Amino acid sequence: MALIVDKHRPRSLDQLTYHDELSDRLRSLAQSGDFPHLLVYGPSGAGKKTRIVATLKELYGPGVEKIKIDARVFQTSSSRKLEFNIVTSVYHLEITPSDVGNYDRVVVQDLLKEVAQTQQVDQSARQKFKVVVINEADHLTRDAQAALRRTMEKYSPNLRLILLANSTANIIAPIRSRTLLVRVAAPSIQDITTALADSAKKEGWPAAAGLHKRIALESGRNLRRALLMYEAVHAQNEKITDDTPIPPPDWEALIGQIAKEIMEEHSPNRILQVRAKLYDLLTHCIPPTTILKTLTFKLIALIDDDLKYDVIKWSAFYEHRVRTGTKVIFHLEAFVAKFMRIFEMYLMQMDM
Amino acid sequence: MASFFDLKARKAAGANGSAPKADDKKQNTRRQPWVEKYRPKTLSDVTAQDHTVNVLQRTLQASNVTPTMSTAGEVAAKHFHMLFYGPPGTGKTSTILALAKELYGPEMIKSRVLELNASDERGISIVREKVKDFARMQLTNPPAGYKSRYPCPPFKIIILDEADSMTQDAQSALRRTMETYSKITRFCLICNYVTRIIDPLASRCSKFRFKSLDQGNAKKRLEEIAEKEGVGLDDGAVDALIKCSEGDLRKAITYLQSAARLVGAIEKDQDGGDSADDAMDVDRKTVSVAIVQEISGVIPENTIAALQKAMQPRSAGATYQAVAKVVENMVADGWSAGQVVTQLYHSVLQDETIPDLQKNKITLVFSEVDKRLLDGADEHLSILDLALRISNILSGKG
Repeated sequence: MALIVDKHRPRSLDQLTYHDELSDRLRSLAQSGDFPHLLVYGPSGAGKKTRIVATLKELYGPGVEKIKIDARVFQTSSSRKLEFNIVTSVYHLEITPSDVGNYDRVVVQDLLKEVAQTQQVDQSARQKFKVVVINEADHLTRDAQAALRRTMEKYSPNLRLILLANSTANIIAPIRSRTLLVRVAAPSIQDITTALADSAKKEGWPAAAGLHKRIALESGRNLRRALLMYEAVHAQNEKITDDTPIPPPDWEALIGQIAKEIMEEHSPNRILQVRAKLYDLLTHCIPPTTILKTLTFKLIALIDDDLKYDVIKWSAFYEHRVRTGTKVIFHLEAFVAKFMRIFEMYLMQMDM
Repeated sequence: MASFFDLKARKAAGANGSAPKADDKKQNTRRQPWVEKYRPKTLSDVTAQDHTVNVLQRTLQASNVTPTMSTAGEVAAKHFHMLFYGPPGTGKTSTILALAKELYGPEMIKSRVLELNASDERGISIVREKVKDFARMQLTNPPAGYKSRYPCPPFKIIILDEADSMTQDAQSALRRTMETYSKITRFCLICNYVTRIIDPLASRCSKFRFKSLDQGNAKKRLEEIAEKEGVGLDDGAVDALIKCSEGDLRKAITYLQSAARLVGAIEKDQDGGDSADDAMDVDRKTVSVAIVQEISGVIPENTIAALQKAMQPRSAGATYQAVAKVVENMVADGWSAGQVVTQLYHSVLQDETIPDLQKNKITLVFSEVDKRLLDGADEHLSILDLALRISNILSGKG
C-alpha cells in the first residue's frame, strides 16, 4: 500500500491545489513551446518536485510517466569507475549528481553532452528538446556548476535543464543569470488543512477539522510532513477526534529530552550523557543541521528572553562549523557546552 | 490534447509557408534564447565596452597592413595574448567571438579558432595534448579572394573561456605553450576573477577589464531587443530590469525574455511577422514592473521593511518574538537567504537614522553571514542570527 503522500500526489497541473498563479505560469511556459531553463527553489515539502513532474507532463503528455532506472558507469580522469543511477523516460532524465560527491563534474559533463548531442528520437514528440532534471542542485560543486554554464547556452536547442534546489545561495551567479527563477513558497496553514481534508475524503476517513489545523501548525508549513503525520495519526489510533494527540517523531522527542537535560544540570557529567544521545541521533541518520536547529528552538522556548540573542548567535556559529568541519559530534558538543556556560554565567549574574 | 492540435496547426502553417526548411529555421531562431540571438555580430555592436573595443578594432585594422610596416597596432597584434576579466554578463565572450568572426569570417573560423570552456574537459592532459596540438598546427591558407573580405591575419586564436575554473596545474602547463607558439597562436583567456589566474599567465597577457554596464547603454540595448521582439514594456519596467540584474546584461535579457513569455507576448506576432498584426498588438499585455521583480526573485519592499521594523530596538523579549516570526515566514515563503542579505544590506546602509559607527559594525556582521551562507550554513539560523545581531547593535549593546 502506498503512502498517501504518493497516492494522492497531483499528477497534472490542473490537480495542484495551491499557488494557482504559479501553476498557470508554468502551464503557459510549457505551452508556449519556448521553454527556458528553470531554477526551482523553495523549502522542502513545498511541492517543487510535484510541480515539475506535472509541468513535464504538460510538456510531453503522459509519456513522461513511463520511467525506468538506468545504472550507468562513468570513468573519471584518474580511471576510477563511478556507478550512477539515472531515472529516464523517453523525453527526460533525472539525475542527482550530488550522489557521487566530488566527481559530480564528470557526470554532469559526460551525461549532459551526450544528451545534448543526440536529438529527440521520437519524431512525434511534442518538443524538440529533452529535459534534464537535476535534483539537489545546491549541492553541486563549484566545478560542476561551472561545467554547466556553457553547456546551457551551447546546447539549448536540444536540451533544457530544470534545477531543483532548496536555496539559491549556493548556486553560482552565472547559472542564476541563465535560468528563470521559480520560487515555490511553502503552502500556508490554510492550504495544508485543505490538502489534508482532500486526502481524508479520498481515503474515506472522517473529517476532523481541528486535527487538520493542529497538524498543519505542527508541520511547519511542510505539506509532505503534514501528510505523513496525518497518516501516522490514523495508523496509531482507531478513532480520530479533534483532540487526538499527534505523536512527534522519535528523534524530535529525543531532542526534546536532551534539551530538558541540558537545562537541568550544567556539568561535564551531563555532557557525557548528552553525547550518548547525540550519537544515537547521528547513527539514525538525522542530519546534524536538523539536530542543532531543533535543539536550539527547543532550548529557546525554555530560556529567558535576554539569553535568546546569545544562543542564536552561537547556534548559527556552530552550525557553520558543522558544515565546514569534518567531525560533526565535536561541534554539536561544543554547542551544548557553550550553552551551559552562557546559561551558568547568566544565572550567576542574576545572583549578584 | 491541446498541443496535438497545435502540432497540426504548425504543420499546416509549414505547408502554407514557402519552404518547410525555412520555416524550420525560423522556428529554431525563435526558440533560441535571446541572449544567443542578440549576441553582437560585430565588434561595433558590443555594448558599452568602448575602451576594449577600440583597442581590439585597432588590432583588426593593424592586421590588414603588411608585416613590414611597424605601426603601434601591429606591434599589439603581434605580441599579444589577451586576458578578459570582469563580472558576468558584461560581454566578454561576446567580444572575443565577434572579433573572431570579423577576423576570419564563417569559413576560416573553424580551422583558426579553438574554443574551450569549463564544460569541456580541461585538465592538464587536455592542455598538453589538445591545446598544444592546435597551437602547433601550421596555418592553412585562406581560399583565394577570401582575404579581401576578411583580414585573416596569420595566427590562430585559442579561447579559454571561464579560465578561472582551470586548475593551477593546467594553468602552469600553458605557460611555455603560450610563448613557444606565440607567432602563430594567440590565446584569449576569459575569466570573472583575475586573481584566480596564476601570475605567470597574467603577466603574459594584455589585460582588458570589462566594467559593469552603465544604465544608459543597458537600457538602450534592452529597449532595442524589446522592440525587435515586439514586447510591450510598461513605464519603469526597463529600469526595474536593470536594477534587478545589477549590471549583468545577460541576466537582464534573460529576465526580459522570461517576462515576455509569461505575459504571452511572443508567440503570435513572431509567427505572423506581418505589419498587419501590429493593429492587434495594441491590446496585448505588457511587461510590468511587478512581473520583472517576481521573475528575478527580488523580495518585495514591504517584506524587507517588515523585517527592518522588527529589528528596531524595544524591550529584549519583544524583539526576539517579532524577529523570529518575520524570519520564519520569510524562510517558509522560500525567499533565498542570499537575496535577503543583499537587499537588507542595501536598505540598512541607506537608512539615514543609523549612525556610522553602528553601520560599521553591521557591515561586519553582514560579511560574516554572507560567508556562512556561501559555505552552505542553514538559512533559517543564519538569517535569524543576522537579524538579531543587527537589532542588538541598533539598540547600542553590540
